[in-house]
Amino acid sequence: MRFLKTLGYVLALPLILVAIWWVSTLGETNFFVPTPALLAEAFAETWLGDRILSDVLPSIGRLVVGVSSAIIFGIVTGLLIGSVKWLRDLTEPVLEFFRAIPPPVLVPVLMLLMGISDSMKVVVIISGCIWPVLLNTIEGVRAIDGVLSDSAHTYGIQGWARVKYLVLPSAGPQIMAGIRQCLSIGLILMVISEMFASSSGLGFAIVQFQRSFAIPEMWSGIVILGLIGVAMSFIFQWTERRVLRWYHGLREVENAI
Amino acid sequence: MQSETTPAPAGKTLPGNEAMLSVRNMKKVYKTDGGDIEAVRNLTFDLKAGELACLVGPSGSGKTTLLKCIAGLMAPTEGEVLLDGVKVSGPPKKMAVVFQEYGRSLFPWMRVRENVELPLKNQGVPKAERDRLVDDALEAVGLAHVPQSYPWQLSGGMQQRVAIARAVAYQPEVLLMDEPFAAVDAQTRADLEDLIRTVWRKLGVTVLFVTHDIDESVYLGERVIILSSSPTVIQEDLTIDLPDERDQLNTRSLPRFTELRHHVYEQIQLAKAGHRPTAAAQAGH
Repeated sequence: MRFLKTLGYVLALPLILVAIWWVSTLGETNFFVPTPALLAEAFAETWLGDRILSDVLPSIGRLVVGVSSAIIFGIVTGLLIGSVKWLRDLTEPVLEFFRAIPPPVLVPVLMLLMGISDSMKVVVIISGCIWPVLLNTIEGVRAIDGVLSDSAHTYGIQGWARVKYLVLPSAGPQIMAGIRQCLSIGLILMVISEMFASSSGLGFAIVQFQRSFAIPEMWSGIVILGLIGVAMSFIFQWTERRVLRWYHGLREVENAI
Repeated sequence: MQSETTPAPAGKTLPGNEAMLSVRNMKKVYKTDGGDIEAVRNLTFDLKAGELACLVGPSGSGKTTLLKCIAGLMAPTEGEVLLDGVKVSGPPKKMAVVFQEYGRSLFPWMRVRENVELPLKNQGVPKAERDRLVDDALEAVGLAHVPQSYPWQLSGGMQQRVAIARAVAYQPEVLLMDEPFAAVDAQTRADLEDLIRTVWRKLGVTVLFVTHDIDESVYLGERVIILSSSPTVIQEDLTIDLPDERDQLNTRSLPRFTELRHHVYEQIQLAKAGHRPTAAAQAGH
């Protein structure tokens, strides 16, 4: 029963929006605005065939590799920079500079340097996604409570044990906030890197449809991107609730007082 | 001005190797942008094994500074701390600390049992022994029924019990407590005071209990070390000659309790007024 209720809440608004769309495109003749039925047909035709293998999966693969590398690399580097003061002082201005560069401008540069390849696209994704994770991890590590740190110290919890039991969980909420941003940037960069120079992928397919005036197909590609975004967001929320259960509980208790 | 080298009146010291914890001529100066701040001028005292001593002083008398130096969390500017004859240069293995801020000293991402277990796990104590120590410790503080709760699901008093259980399970030889009951309500506080007496007598651990509460120091301690105001020296080292069996009602209504309490109170008032103990005062004029 509760499940049905939740499902109802999740699906209600999308259904209403589709209904509005359907009503407003009744008798529509504009070539650029497809009706729901036409779009659904184009969607099934376009994506439920070879394109899953030739475009969707390669895109998702690059996205997953890029985003997970960015997360791992960002957390590891963040732990290091956050824990060592001189390293922090040394790197902070440089990090702000790199963070300020909009990652799409790196696509042409990396294309020249690395050629048109999967690794170029993955590097584009990493180069844009790493910043929120890295900077949030640094902040999270810096913000560790002094008393908690002293407690761990008096009980001889040092080195790797300190990272595992104190630093990582304590910075967890900040790191997760960074990962959330990282995911949306990742999706954007996945598409952009494929739009510039590619022979496969969602970005490539969408641009190709647009140029060949396959308008319903183009829209259906945009729908796929939206669905991937939603799926990522669900996976993230599911993971976050588990990893940060303590944090949400603690916040609830604090807010109740 | 008093010269820096003049020995201030010391607390009680013990000959040779009888002391479990020795503080020798400890001085702590904080270097800040606004100039040096001398928090602790000169402290010397010994604790013998199995003793329960309370440290009281007016607020700002460097109690926490002293405790952090003893715990090895901070290096004294001069002097030294010896634990069982060995100089303390980092947090020693035989020492556990209970902080005032219980809400910030337990790991909120770990359940009660995991919190108590962590220091043992980190030391590589085998699982079976670990379980036994954790069970015993939780039992001793009266928390055997909540091992699966998170600390933040518990009341303040219970959280502090968890912190005490963690310290007890660690089997320290010296237990330092930094105003552990300052942030809990009065009734819980009385319970926790009795808990400390019980744990101390059962384990035979050496306890140094820092507090700003005069009644608490007299009720708990076998000895009360009174600190002067900052820069800190020892104002008086007082033996508490109350019977060993103490309870909240009877002990606190003993005439001797009132006398001792009165005396400590007087000394603290003097300390607040800037009075320095005799030897230091003489050296100063």
